[in-house]
Amino acid sequence: MKCQNCDKPATFHITELTGGKPQELHLCEDHAREYLSQSTSETENVTSLSMAAALAQQMAVGQTAEELAKLDKQMCPICGISFYEFRAQGRLGCPNDYTCFETQLDPLILNIHGELEHAGKTPKQSSAYSQKRTRLIRLRREMKEAVKDENYERASELRDEIERTTRGDDS
Amino acid sequence: MELNDLTKKSGAWLKGVGPESDIVISSRIRLARNLADFPFVSRASDEDLAGVESQLHGTVLAIDELKQLLYLDVGKLQGIDRQFLVERQLISREHAESHGARAVAIGQDEQFSLMVNEEDHLRIQGMQSGLSLEETWRQVNRIDDLIEQKVTYAFHDKFGYLTACPTNVGTGIRVSVMLHLPALVLTKQIDKVFRSLQKISLAVRGLYGEGSQAMGDFYQISNQVTLGRSEKELIKQVGDIIPVITDYERQARGFLVKESHENLYDRISRAYGILRTAQTISSEETLHLLSSVRMGVNLGLIDNLKISTLNALFIQTQPAHLQKLTGTELDTTDRNIERARYLRRHLSLKHDPDGPENN
Repeated sequence: MKCQNCDKPATFHITELTGGKPQELHLCEDHAREYLSQSTSETENVTSLSMAAALAQQMAVGQTAEELAKLDKQMCPICGISFYEFRAQGRLGCPNDYTCFETQLDPLILNIHGELEHAGKTPKQSSAYSQKRTRLIRLRREMKEAVKDENYERASELRDEIERTTRGDDS
Repeated sequence: MELNDLTKKSGAWLKGVGPESDIVISSRIRLARNLADFPFVSRASDEDLAGVESQLHGTVLAIDELKQLLYLDVGKLQGIDRQFLVERQLISREHAESHGARAVAIGQDEQFSLMVNEEDHLRIQGMQSGLSLEETWRQVNRIDDLIEQKVTYAFHDKFGYLTACPTNVGTGIRVSVMLHLPALVLTKQIDKVFRSLQKISLAVRGLYGEGSQAMGDFYQISNQVTLGRSEKELIKQVGDIIPVITDYERQARGFLVKESHENLYDRISRAYGILRTAQTISSEETLHLLSSVRMGVNLGLIDNLKISTLNALFIQTQPAHLQKLTGTELDTTDRNIERARYLRRHLSLKHDPDGPENN
């Protein structure tokens, strides 16, 4: 395969992530060095570690655009955010994202913090209780959609379930 | 307490007291928290945001120690009042400019503020004058415990307190110390300091936080890592490096006094002279000159001027503060005239009983 900027053979295959969709680049050694030194000099000006830089750093190793596109489609069942949306805006959608995207988030978080496990204070209530409350996000979202679709029977079922969950937690 | 009451005084963190206060302006600690049963702010609908705001407002009112806080609906404030709160470091610029239901609860003497629906559902922030990280943490930790009794925080066994951005996950703590480093800037050593701080995962920012320029030679040093270490360890990491930097700054000041005393004294005198006599002056120039004057006071080259007066001037000459003090909207030209008038009044050699800190 030839370098896309010249006639020499392409020995570097880079998957660029800092734009929108993942982009594959095939470059010879000289053009690759040029390209990479451009992007690092930009990130060096940022004194705080930006999410985009961390993501690009972590993911641009050995993954094809196809593999990434598949990862991107994954969605959180509670809030509906896709992994692509997270990558694009640098913000997660709801607490459950840390559970459903755990595999992808592990290397990213390790890159940012150098550690994976929380070592500080904890709330008096258990994390299981917190996860139970998170389910309410999905219930509210589904109820809103049911109302929008004029499926009022389903909406009122969901409203009852929300009330039961909220009440049940307080008992 | 009302918003307009704040104009009449300066926050306690400006008083210029506390350890190392010749160089350390303030210590700040903020905790990021989210409720378990709502989406994070960027994904939340208007109803969700209103729900979070309503729940947290109710929580604040239900806690004895917090119910007398000044609670403000940021969305309903006028632009000038929002800008005022940003200048005062009580809310971030992002909070002032975003949309949806959001609020801030301000404690007495402005020693702490709670932001509702900024990047996360709740940000608890404590501020003290000088290098006082332990006392600040004690206060912030207590407020977190009180609120946690009444709500369910989003929490994960492995990842800790869950935040909208993974850069804050775990402890959700940001420890910052604001320093005044004019000598390191003058002797062109400030870049060296930044680079060595970056090597130990500490971030350096300007006067108003993320992305701001270093105006007036003020720099905020804070932790970058929030996961995998305890809150006390992260606080210690920042706290331990501060004496190293203050020493470095004092050495640089000592060097300037010894090697170029006349130049230094001239620079400070000119700055003081301009501030006391100019008829019109921009806020950039004001910050720049006040920085020299502040160093002059620290070095004993200027008498009859208190650090607390100076600290207050930094804030009171900012655009929204000036307009609130005069009670009118002013365009840039008029602000520059008003600013000059304000400075002449408070820096005049005549004894000024109503210092700007009481204004």
